[in-house]
Amino acid sequence: MNAQALSIAFNTIARREVSRILRIWTQTLLPSAITMTLYFVIFGTLVGSRIGEMAPGIGYIDYIVPGLIMMAVITNSYGNISSSFFSAKFQHYVEEMLASPTPPWVILSGYVVGALLRGLIVALIVLAISLLFTHIQLHHPWVTLTTILLTSIVFSLAGFINAVFAKKFDDIALVPTFVLTPLTYLGGVFYSVNALGAPWRQISYANPILYMVNAFRYGLLGISDLPLWQAYAVMLGFAVVLSALALFLIARGVGLRS
Amino acid sequence: MTAIPALDVVELSKTYASGVQALKGISLRVEAGDFFALLGPNGAGKSTLIGILSSLVNPTAGDARIFGVSIRTQRSAAMALIGLVPQEINLNQFEKPIEICVNQAGFYGIARPIALERAERYLRELQLWDKAQQQVRTLSGGMKRRLMIARAMMSEPRLLILDEPTAGVDIEIRRSMWKFISAINAAGTTVILTTHYLEEAEQLCRNIAIIDHGRIIEHTSMRKLLATLDTETFVLDLGAAPAQLPFVAGVRLHALDAQTIEAEVARSSDLNSLFATLSAAGITVRSMRNKTNRLEELFVRLVENGKQVA
Repeated sequence: MNAQALSIAFNTIARREVSRILRIWTQTLLPSAITMTLYFVIFGTLVGSRIGEMAPGIGYIDYIVPGLIMMAVITNSYGNISSSFFSAKFQHYVEEMLASPTPPWVILSGYVVGALLRGLIVALIVLAISLLFTHIQLHHPWVTLTTILLTSIVFSLAGFINAVFAKKFDDIALVPTFVLTPLTYLGGVFYSVNALGAPWRQISYANPILYMVNAFRYGLLGISDLPLWQAYAVMLGFAVVLSALALFLIARGVGLRS
Repeated sequence: MTAIPALDVVELSKTYASGVQALKGISLRVEAGDFFALLGPNGAGKSTLIGILSSLVNPTAGDARIFGVSIRTQRSAAMALIGLVPQEINLNQFEKPIEICVNQAGFYGIARPIALERAERYLRELQLWDKAQQQVRTLSGGMKRRLMIARAMMSEPRLLILDEPTAGVDIEIRRSMWKFISAINAAGTTVILTTHYLEEAEQLCRNIAIIDHGRIIEHTSMRKLLATLDTETFVLDLGAAPAQLPFVAGVRLHALDAQTIEAEVARSSDLNSLFATLSAAGITVRSMRNKTNRLEELFVRLVENGKQVA
């Protein structure tokens, strides 16, 4: 396929993903809006008013905004690609792509971009909701943007790999329930890792979500518990390793070809 | 110089992880422009072969070339030449036929305006245009099968592979599908058809391969294969019950019931002498039909022989 044909194939997959997100918006966009509104009301307003400032001039509700946005981005990027690609496998229409000239990297890119767009749309929705409760001043736009993009890509790739190995719908629910949710809650969304004592603080450093949340918090609020370079190293490292693994799996046909 | 065949399968083998050896080093050649029947009993290896050709199954050994392009070393280029109508319905139930067709073209790098034009043409030709904006889950089984043909045609493939395209489809729709596929073939597309409706294969296909237990047990032209049939059996409905059945040279007659007889006619014999003898004996024939399809008789014999050999 030449460059133009590749771009048409890529656009086809990405367009189909976006169309799916918008068609079932009550399942893809609305739940995060409701959940995050509850978080802002309960943790931000009711509990947060008793906690006070997390840093000079930064109230608790401001502190949790970046973490809640990242939580929404992570769960939506992961959930979008795992459910969409597994549905394609389950109904066998993934064969449309596998039996076509479209190369594996285009298939993967199209699905990742679809998940990325859902992550970004949900991030904007959560940000808009947060503005009803507090005022956010963007400190580092490029850090904010690159962190959200890299995080979304990393979890899209992870969701894709989950879908490749999944044999039934239960298999794509296991990882979000037993891995993603605990890691997100323990990833510094609601607290500073500096508030933890040994050994929990050291254990927390093994959680990649901690780095993503802190990098994003630095972008939005200008504060972080960790050096920025460490966060970028973790995000880029995961993005490269998971991309290579996902491409290897499609090219070999693991879970896709007999 | 020999023309490049549409399909050249060379020593292709497939052993699944379960240990099942679905293909045992088969070789097969389908000429460009042919209408080719690939027949075999259930579990013979047909779908595995088609899966390998469409890159949905990884071969264990051997290769296949589509118009000279290897599916192993030039997968993308080979897939651009193939259109596949699979046996199982593999449509996104929540998409509309128009979206499915346009997306399919997109996977082949075909620009959207051309895809829209083709989608309309093929959906109209397959009498689905009025359903173009309905979700697939609302379509009948026959409509879904026709949609899979329209989808396969979106890339206007040089080789169209149809894996039991008419399974479970009523005769009227089946005939309209035959007409469409015949027209596609007449326009130059090579067609490979697998089917369990053997009259379909006999009527449409010029060449044939029969696969059984992962091996090709017959690979010839339809005409030559049918010529090997040494007898043909007819069922005759009579006007009245005959007192006695006459002797006819080269024909074995026996009564099925009072007014129905079966005539097994040797290839060396002819029907004129049969009718002349029956007429002379005062027996009126009201109607006549083949007991079974000719290809069906041969197919059963070949597969039975294969079982005995195995």
